[in-house]
Amino acid sequence: MSAQNLETATVANANTAPNSAESTVGTTRVKRGMAEQLKNGVIMDVVTPEQAKIAEDAGAVAVMALERVPADIRKDGGVARMSDPDMIDGIIEAVSIPVMAKARIGHFVEAQVLESLGVDFIDESEVLTPADEAHHIDKWAFTVPFVCGATSIGEALRRIAEGAAMIRSKGEAGTGNVVEATRHMRAIRSEIRRLGTLDETELFDAAKEVRAPYDIVKEVARLGKLPVPLFSAGGVATPADAAMMRQLGAESVFVGSGIFKSGDPAKRADAIVQAVLHYNDPSVIAKVSRGLGTAMVGINLDDLDETERYAGRGW
Amino acid sequence: MSVPPIIGVLALQGDTAEHLRVLDGLGVPGTPVLRPEHIDEVHGLIIPGGESTTMAKLAVRYELMEPLRKHVGEGLPVYGTCAGMIMLADRILDGIEGQQSIGGIDMTVRRNAFGRQTESFEAQVDIEDTDGGPLDAVFIRAPWVEAVGDRVRVLGKIAHGERTGRIVAVRQGALLATSFHPELTGDTRIHRLFVDMVKGQA
Repeated sequence: MSAQNLETATVANANTAPNSAESTVGTTRVKRGMAEQLKNGVIMDVVTPEQAKIAEDAGAVAVMALERVPADIRKDGGVARMSDPDMIDGIIEAVSIPVMAKARIGHFVEAQVLESLGVDFIDESEVLTPADEAHHIDKWAFTVPFVCGATSIGEALRRIAEGAAMIRSKGEAGTGNVVEATRHMRAIRSEIRRLGTLDETELFDAAKEVRAPYDIVKEVARLGKLPVPLFSAGGVATPADAAMMRQLGAESVFVGSGIFKSGDPAKRADAIVQAVLHYNDPSVIAKVSRGLGTAMVGINLDDLDETERYAGRGW
Repeated sequence: MSVPPIIGVLALQGDTAEHLRVLDGLGVPGTPVLRPEHIDEVHGLIIPGGESTTMAKLAVRYELMEPLRKHVGEGLPVYGTCAGMIMLADRILDGIEGQQSIGGIDMTVRRNAFGRQTESFEAQVDIEDTDGGPLDAVFIRAPWVEAVGDRVRVLGKIAHGERTGRIVAVRQGALLATSFHPELTGDTRIHRLFVDMVKGQA
């Protein structure tokens, strides 16, 4: 049996099949399956129904509805929270592609509210101000699937243990600087490769080392990948950024401030969609990178104080 | 056909990799299809799950829609799952304005008919043309088939519960479509049926 074959079998066995006659919502297969459907697609941050339409027309596979893009959350300061339900309703009304929304880390009531609004995915996000300094949301308790950020394999696997159906790199949102996303993607992918080289005995120790449940560590070692899709986020601003994340092993990208903080959002959105598809073809990346207008200005991370960094949020 | 056929999986958006993995498990060579010329190299094509409006938009923008229609017209065997079912439908309800499809199956499909993601579900489906009892099927923001023409054979309906009787699998000639995602469950019966169709054995 090949590795690929095993993987299919694992997905089937690891999850509860419907027990007889009743159909069931919110199963692991249904949640992870939703994440699988988003692969190869670009998820774009939008703050108005108009932006959501632009994103949809440009070929976004989903939109992230929020009140302020991360670049503005940075600028404004203060506590950043879940968006106004009216605003989320407006975006759900405006587009027919899936709509995601952000809840604060650990804020399970914000997540309950978002689920009741009918969003298709919740991002438990470090971009908002954390609501709990020790605990993330128990994501098994929800019907709606969650995506969570990670900077390392341990963080990724703890989130999966809590029920996350998708993992994304944290990067450093709202900076237009891809360096942190690169660091996180490289760290996660290299740790996955390392786990694949360990024997059974060593895997017990590895689980302790990365502070994640042994069963999931073992599953990753066997699959050579996470058991859920891995996307990249945080600082992706150009088609080349997006293509680099894919070459580093991301199955697709989230683009936050990068699109609507740029000179020509519709054109840049389309360019990033194409770059995600043709990430291995530099001639396509070159073509779509022409005449895009100004990219978001961006922040050099040396200019960011430790306390202003979002990637350190989450435990 | 003595050599195994090559089956392409449309790679514009969605869970292309999962279908390729199933084909690999069956020992059938699979290949992603991203450019018009790739279609000429395959004996059958799978259109994966994903977001149908995005997939259709990209197919038009990257000039795949017309070649796909041409090949379907010429009898290329095609299997569509979820978004792929919508792509094979002659008529779409609840799509976006001007949503295009490849077409080929004389059916009316209602997009997101079972609801948004929080209403996505698993259920058992009775399927004709496969042995081994009902399939455990995963439905994700899934469509259903609202009406079919005379040439379309209904292969599967939901077997139990409030959604009983909804048409979720159909076949018309060399074209096969399901609302659900067999690529996510490890049950390879539908893929094997399609491979047999590509080989001209079903």
